[in-house]
Amino acid sequence: MNIHEYQAKEFFRRFGLPVPAGRVATTSEEAVSLAREIGLPAMVKAQVLTGGRGKAGGVKFCRTDDEVRKHADAILGMDIKGHMVRKVLITGALDIAEEYYIGMLIDRNSKRVLLMASAEGGVEIEQVAKETPEKIFKQPIDPRFGLLEHEALHLGLQLCPSDIRKARQLATAMQKLAKVFMHCDASLAEINPFVFTPAAEGHAIDAKMNLDDNAQFRHPDYEELRDLEEENPAERAAREANLSFVKLEGNIGCIVNGAGLAMATMDLVQYYGGMPANFLDIGGSSNPDKVVNALNIILADPNVRAILFNIFGGITRCDDVAAGIITATKRMDIKVPIVVRLTGTNEEQARQMLAETDLVSASTMDEAVQKAIEVVG
Amino acid sequence: MAIFCDATTKVVVQGITGRDGSFHTRSMLDYGTDIVAGVTPGRGGQMFEGKVPVFDTVATAVRETGATASVIFVPPFAAAGAIYEAADSGIDLIVCITEGVPTVDMVKVMPFLDERGVRLIGPNCPGIINPGKIKLGIMPGNIVKPGKVGVVSRSGTLTYEVVYQLTINELGQSSCLGIGGDPVLGTTFMDTIQAFGDDDETKALVMIGEIGGDAEERAADWIKDNLDIPVVAFIAGRTAPPGKRMGHAGAIVSGGTGTAAEKKMALEAAGIPVADRPVDIVPQLREIWT
Repeated sequence: MNIHEYQAKEFFRRFGLPVPAGRVATTSEEAVSLAREIGLPAMVKAQVLTGGRGKAGGVKFCRTDDEVRKHADAILGMDIKGHMVRKVLITGALDIAEEYYIGMLIDRNSKRVLLMASAEGGVEIEQVAKETPEKIFKQPIDPRFGLLEHEALHLGLQLCPSDIRKARQLATAMQKLAKVFMHCDASLAEINPFVFTPAAEGHAIDAKMNLDDNAQFRHPDYEELRDLEEENPAERAAREANLSFVKLEGNIGCIVNGAGLAMATMDLVQYYGGMPANFLDIGGSSNPDKVVNALNIILADPNVRAILFNIFGGITRCDDVAAGIITATKRMDIKVPIVVRLTGTNEEQARQMLAETDLVSASTMDEAVQKAIEVVG
Repeated sequence: MAIFCDATTKVVVQGITGRDGSFHTRSMLDYGTDIVAGVTPGRGGQMFEGKVPVFDTVATAVRETGATASVIFVPPFAAAGAIYEAADSGIDLIVCITEGVPTVDMVKVMPFLDERGVRLIGPNCPGIINPGKIKLGIMPGNIVKPGKVGVVSRSGTLTYEVVYQLTINELGQSSCLGIGGDPVLGTTFMDTIQAFGDDDETKALVMIGEIGGDAEERAADWIKDNLDIPVVAFIAGRTAPPGKRMGHAGAIVSGGTGTAAEKKMALEAAGIPVADRPVDIVPQLREIWT
């Protein structure tokens, strides 16, 4: 789950990272009164779950009430990469002398949390990584001890070789960020940039965090952080129905068991010249309710002109799955053709059951995909 | 002997009395896996299906039965705990089927396993099957066939799809292993491929990758210089949009890396053909394996 800058900053604050005061406004009047409270000059920052806000004009420096009003008005309702801005963060503006990058993520290869730091702050770190990888310093964190003081200071000194005061502040920020990461079950945590004022005071002025969906059972409060308005309605319905779903732009709705097979099915639709409408992993169950939920979510998309079931029945029996699909489709009024491919245990029985319905049956993945494309026309 | 386990491996099932645990234990027993014990705290002293003794702890199970491998079917919140317990009780191969384990838990588990020299397969994986010998996990036993092809995959049902095609085309398998779909995994693509390289029963390799991370690229690099058996690959997720998690926690294209196109390029540069469709894997393997 991705969270907003202001939410990530709240976590940062709780762990003692130096974050400038700030609050969220949803109207320009509110923005002005918050800016007065926090003190001018102030920043108005769009809160959307995507990068590149600055470039899109979603981050503005304001000296006066009028500027706050004008910029908040312009930013609220703005479209940034398909995300509508509904909230702005009003936060203190600082005099910036230097910018650094501090980030942490899960490194699949070392199987550890990896700290990355660079003196090239304030720009996209992916770009730094591509063009000047030698400017990024890395430290895998041993989960038993956390980020040790000397490891952090060593990195701080690599970023700031001539100023021990700044190096220490960077080191402290890194140690605190490492604590935030582990404690919050993050999958990504970034301060970009961490800045120093001319008086050498350090501040985390931007924050980004992704939280591990798998760890939500021990953070029940995370549910409140979810921005339901930013979520695609179909993806939200799928999440609530415990289905793994991603909306795409095509017209063939796909219902598949297993994530890998679901991706391979989408790929095959495209291979034969069709366009998948979605990714959907229905899991191993043959429960008709789950099938109904999946069909409802897919059919809510007016682009969908055919449904393709691709089920490999391994442990799950194909006749069970066929029964589930038949029950579900009888309960609903479905106007688009449905192609069903069932392979594996008891596939013959399953095919006989399907033969007595309007559903189009196929015996291989390729045949099913081609039939679905054919009916879409 | 195929990889990681064989017909003589003695197995304990953690979470044997749960819904999934009991179902898949029956199916493993049917396949001939030597399941000598089950563990469910509070159920010690019972018998599972009248033939497998249940213990309260893994340590007791190991002491009483000599089990050396464990298969874990416990809920996500208990998975890390079950892994620590198995590793501390003298188990040297752990297969964790559980889906939805927090990544930070796995990060913490890893050094504990390394210190004890314990191999973990998973989590969020279908497990391993060495056809005709042993099945640890949830792969359907009826679609495999003993033979010489090693199969390594990041997926579940897609693996079954590919294995099924191998089997109906008379290409049996030495071992089929699903490493799991999570970002942090006990046994990696590379670990598995290296094990296949050392295995004298494995004469060809099928690797099924997907978007996210760079495991396929690393494997390609290693295979180029170290493996002299024929290899065919398949990569799922060519049509996946960037930044979206495609079911598996590890299947995400981020910052423009981890794409199917990059993986295909790296594999082909290493001389490994990449099948466009699952159905092309068998003919492509036949073409290079003479």
